[in-house]
Amino acid sequence: MRRVVITGIGTVNALAPDVPGTFQAFREGRCGIGPLSFRDADRLTIRVGAEVRNWQAADRFAASDLPLYDRVTQYALVAGAEAVAMAGLSGALGSRGGVILGTAAGGIQTWEDSYRAVFADGKSRVSPLVVPRLMHNAPASHLSIRHGLTGPVLAVSSACASANHAMGLALQQIRVGAADVMLTGGAEAMLCFGGVKAWEGLRVLAPDACRPFSLGRKGMVIGDGAGVLVFEAEEHARARGARVLAEVAGFGMTADAGDIVAPSAEGAGRAMRAALADAGMEIAEIGYINAHGTGTLANDRAEAAAIRVVFGGTPPPVSSTKAMHGHAIGATGALEAIACVLALTEGVLPPTIGFQVPDPDCALDVIPRVARQSRVAAALSNAFAFGGLNAVLAFRRG
Amino acid sequence: MERANIEAAVIEILAQQLLLQPEEIAAEAVIDDLGLDSLGKVEAIFALEERFDISIPFNANEPDQPDFDFSSVPRIVVGVERLIAQRAA
Repeated sequence: MRRVVITGIGTVNALAPDVPGTFQAFREGRCGIGPLSFRDADRLTIRVGAEVRNWQAADRFAASDLPLYDRVTQYALVAGAEAVAMAGLSGALGSRGGVILGTAAGGIQTWEDSYRAVFADGKSRVSPLVVPRLMHNAPASHLSIRHGLTGPVLAVSSACASANHAMGLALQQIRVGAADVMLTGGAEAMLCFGGVKAWEGLRVLAPDACRPFSLGRKGMVIGDGAGVLVFEAEEHARARGARVLAEVAGFGMTADAGDIVAPSAEGAGRAMRAALADAGMEIAEIGYINAHGTGTLANDRAEAAAIRVVFGGTPPPVSSTKAMHGHAIGATGALEAIACVLALTEGVLPPTIGFQVPDPDCALDVIPRVARQSRVAAALSNAFAFGGLNAVLAFRRG
Repeated sequence: MERANIEAAVIEILAQQLLLQPEEIAAEAVIDDLGLDSLGKVEAIFALEERFDISIPFNANEPDQPDFDFSSVPRIVVGVERLIAQRAA
């Protein structure tokens, strides 16, 4: 089985529109959450989110292309360009390259704008480009077009685990030899009136801040953005002299087959164990876990219990970076994989900011408030989605 | 609005979520004893909001629910009464 490594990363998120800015925010423990600024936000009960600020699409894309790009595609393309440039990929990969990208809501802003036009504004027609803008595979397809990748290309949708599932499948494509290089990760642009209005109904959003694992936490805060990683067969990367950031060592996915929203510590634990087994790792190798850590009562309690069961008496340090970049739903796993790359390449464990008081139900070392310097050999990244779908990745220092 | 009417509506909405007849829910019933799960709870709250044209400040992550006490039928009735009065004011 071929080993798979990461040779490039790129991102757009509430912290920064690139990797250097995001790494700096992780080191500083900066928060990307703020007042929502989109149309009709004043009609929402929840008015905070981790928006991508000052996004000027017209400065980034040709006017002739822009009508095809919902924001979810724009974020994916900008993150993808950064990742490809970092990887130093040039020349045609053709059918040896592919894209597997996660998204939960796809072009939701395009749905909203179109419904508004026909239902609220009484228009009788919408743009002819609505369908290609809003389809869930638009970000993946535009990445394939932009970079000439004609191998396996598809979108993956599993709510909050979309990006982790996408990366797990991309790993498998390379392992089995279906591709040498895969762009993978996730993109999401759910911060629009309808997106937040829908989430409000579940009563799981915090009105102010995301405080994972902390006593007094009030829930999750939604974020926007994209993370794209270049996964590459190790021999392919070595042959072209590429810099290896980390190894994608293992992937585990499980389903709870239980409740449609309530998490299961058992299913989460099985996914972590599956990822470790797939990577051929002992638990002692793991020096950092990037938690799903949404900041809801239920997730954090179940996840802490699962970690304690899998890792026994002394689990490694665990943090949730969602308090910084928000819960970017179908993109969040990709942002968190990038946080793991920071931990593995620079020995910087990003903190759980917003943390106030330890919760006895979440007895973990959560790296509270301030980043920590620690050389780690391997890291896990958890994602546990509504629908009872769990996806965990294991990374090793490259 | 009469308290008795609010109570009847609360019980009817809970019964609908629990697949029970309204007579099977006591006026003093405690919600956790009824076996209402988390989604049932948020659906019941939505139904109360629609019925009374109110907005209920309920967050599933706050077990003590400082803003709206959803622990029993009488507490819910009192909370709904208060919100109706606020709306009228």
